[in-house]
Amino acid sequence: MKLQIASQLAIFAVLELTASSDGQLSVAEIGQKYGVSSHHLAKVMHVLARAGLVRSVRGAGGGYWFSGNIRRVTLLDIIELFEELGSDHSNASRSRAVTDEARALHQILAEIDNIARATLGSITIATMLKLAERHRANARQPAARLG
Amino acid sequence: MTTRTRIGDSRAPTGSAGKAAVAGATFIIRPARASDIAFVTAIDERITGIGKMAYWSDVFERYSQQRTGERFFFVAAPPAKAAEQHVLGFIVGEIRAWEFGSAPCGWVFALSVDPSMRLHGVGEALFEQLSAAFRNAGVNKMRTMVAQDNRLHLLFFRGEGMMAGPYIQLEKDLG
Repeated sequence: MKLQIASQLAIFAVLELTASSDGQLSVAEIGQKYGVSSHHLAKVMHVLARAGLVRSVRGAGGGYWFSGNIRRVTLLDIIELFEELGSDHSNASRSRAVTDEARALHQILAEIDNIARATLGSITIATMLKLAERHRANARQPAARLG
Repeated sequence: MTTRTRIGDSRAPTGSAGKAAVAGATFIIRPARASDIAFVTAIDERITGIGKMAYWSDVFERYSQQRTGERFFFVAAPPAKAAEQHVLGFIVGEIRAWEFGSAPCGWVFALSVDPSMRLHGVGEALFEQLSAAFRNAGVNKMRTMVAQDNRLHLLFFRGEGMMAGPYIQLEKDLG
């Protein structure tokens, strides 16, 4: 499955803010790491702020900080701010399908959508931080062996 | 096999709600006893709304008294010297082998924590104790199955590092 760029940026931005030592970063600092323009990222941050997940501090040295609960906010919570997951495979949509074959296909695609939603809805920011840390540790291992 | 944990210490998540009210209290993880089953049933009933004393008594018989090297039923409880004995949470699991070719692995099929004791590391301590029991029994994989809409358990198991495995759960209406 693919996520829209805005959804991915929002997830990365939240992870950066929650992992940051002082909990506050500017749009430029986040954008630099992911190679995106401040203008593009600012739009993403605006959506996150409107949803109450981040707050902005204005002025020199300002930036954003994460205002949600890292043990409660999930990837699905963030993604749904930017896109609708999957296609419309609801019962209503299925009943509108013209053929039995189309209805059967709707059923299978709905199954896939449900699994995707359940997966994204079960990963909190705290879990993502742990996963990222595990990847960092794995990436360090070969270098340590060589050293 | 008993471990002691202080609520509000390293196992408890920082900033957890109600931590101050119970800071300094301790609990232990130990194998379940027959006298625990009424408490286990009460916790389960509080969460699911269904009292299942016969079921939990049967689980206790099968998972605490038989094949003890590969079946485990642990409870979190106040230390032995505590005036009031009750159960704060419980976990049950077993080693299963060769289901559709699956090499022996640890299965968790029950985990509940008294709602008033959540976010104090009780579930994590139970999970770690069962993980250690599985490791000691020689398996290196742990599995479970949770309903897609069971947000509480999904979040917990994911937080403990569990990921989607190579099996897909299937079912069929028999009506």
